[in-house]
Amino acid sequence: MTPAGHSGGPPSIRWRWLWPAAAGVLALALLLLIALPLAALFLTTSPRALWQGLRDPMVGPAIRLSLITSTASLGLVLLTGTPLAWVLARRDGRLWRFVETMVQLPVVLPPAVAGVALLLAFGRRGLLGHLLAGAGAGIPFTRAAVVVAQTFVAAPFYVQAAVSMFRRVEPDMLLVARTLGASRPRVFFRVVLPLSRAGLTSGAAMSWARALGEFGATLMFAGNLSGRTQTLPLAIYTALESDLRTAQSLSLILLAVAFALLVAIRVGGRR
Amino acid sequence: MSSGALAVELTGQIGALPLALSMEARGSAGPVVIVGPNGAGKTSALMLIVGALKPRSGRIVLDGEALFDGARGVDVPVEQRRIGFLPQRYALFPHLDVLGNVMFGVGAAPRAARERRARAALRDVGVEELVGRRIATLSGGEAQRVALARALARGPRALLLDEPLAALDAGIRREVRAFLAAHLRTLGIPTVIVTHDRADAEAFAGQMLVLEQGRVVQQGSLAQLEAQPATLFTRQFVDHHGG
Repeated sequence: MTPAGHSGGPPSIRWRWLWPAAAGVLALALLLLIALPLAALFLTTSPRALWQGLRDPMVGPAIRLSLITSTASLGLVLLTGTPLAWVLARRDGRLWRFVETMVQLPVVLPPAVAGVALLLAFGRRGLLGHLLAGAGAGIPFTRAAVVVAQTFVAAPFYVQAAVSMFRRVEPDMLLVARTLGASRPRVFFRVVLPLSRAGLTSGAAMSWARALGEFGATLMFAGNLSGRTQTLPLAIYTALESDLRTAQSLSLILLAVAFALLVAIRVGGRR
Repeated sequence: MSSGALAVELTGQIGALPLALSMEARGSAGPVVIVGPNGAGKTSALMLIVGALKPRSGRIVLDGEALFDGARGVDVPVEQRRIGFLPQRYALFPHLDVLGNVMFGVGAAPRAARERRARAALRDVGVEELVGRRIATLSGGEAQRVALARALARGPRALLLDEPLAALDAGIRREVRAFLAAHLRTLGIPTVIVTHDRADAEAFAGQMLVLEQGRVVQQGSLAQLEAQPATLFTRQFVDHHGG
């Protein structure tokens, strides 16, 4: 580099403030875009209005259903996602990379597409529809459909977290554990799981939050039947047409849960 | 096959590298030290013996028991071979403290008995005072002794060490090497050590084994290797002093 390099000359001192100012304005714009709606949820209501909103008869069943289904889908995700993540973390090759990508797909898939896909797989005229209907187990528009939709969209969050945690476990540790007499299951439960606990917990929390907030795929695959398939997000959508206060109260509940989870994840991740 | 002997006669395929290993380690005769250039298959040889990799053919016999026998379809799983293994970076479990690490290997027994044995194993290698320490707080030398105690607490029938001094600062290597060499002599079990350091070979070796491109190119004492190096690598290895 020689000083003769800058042909255009240095930018004028008078304009030096422009760069940080422009960055500041742009950053502030996004900050407002995010903060303002969140603030509006609080600022446009009063405790009394909130309480009024929560007394709508569809609130109780929606909260209960959401708790039940999101817990069930979390259980499914943990039970099936943990072994899947372990296999994915231990294998290499094109086929396994393809499988891993496929498992990640629901994260970026539009929820409407997920809904159509679920209907085409498990719907009455879908791929497995005949089999399921024949066995008396029609899934669409039941609670099971809610759980399936939630699992479909939420599982990738946990699986990805688990895969990346499992990949970080030193292979030598697994081998040494086995030379010390530990069977494969014992190595998994006594070495792999404890070493991965922090990441698995935050992955599970993300996954649960995603299941709790699931809307689009549930609406298309499970419907919006009060007391049967109407989860909290669907109740908010329904309430919007009748009583804004109810929608707002429910929204604040979900916001509080989401915020608490995020804080817990961040605090847990720092330890 | 007499007691206290590890006899290995096998072939394997490690990626693109075909490997043929023939060696015997005796508890009474001091460690077998495997040397060889990078990529010669030294660590893979240990992996085959410990059971982490499957040989293509051949036999591994320890104290008269076949751990692997390709012809008879015998392949004892890793956790039943009772071969202690010390990897290069020791692989202590960071979620357990020192005592927890050593107790992990002790096997099925009431907790008090397992703890007694773990403490005894730590005492044997001179680090009983580290009992409650977290793994992250150990120095390299301490970590190595804890890993050794963990491997020995179970009473292994043979011991494999992969570059046991490579992870240590040069400053403490000499002291740790002296301790390790003396301690291994007291164990009296077949021991195999992989190293790239001539000083290790001097301190540990009863018998040297030179591995190049997956084949044993020379065996014998360090003095024999010095007198008649069979390959360029062997010549360079025996000529390299210091380290």
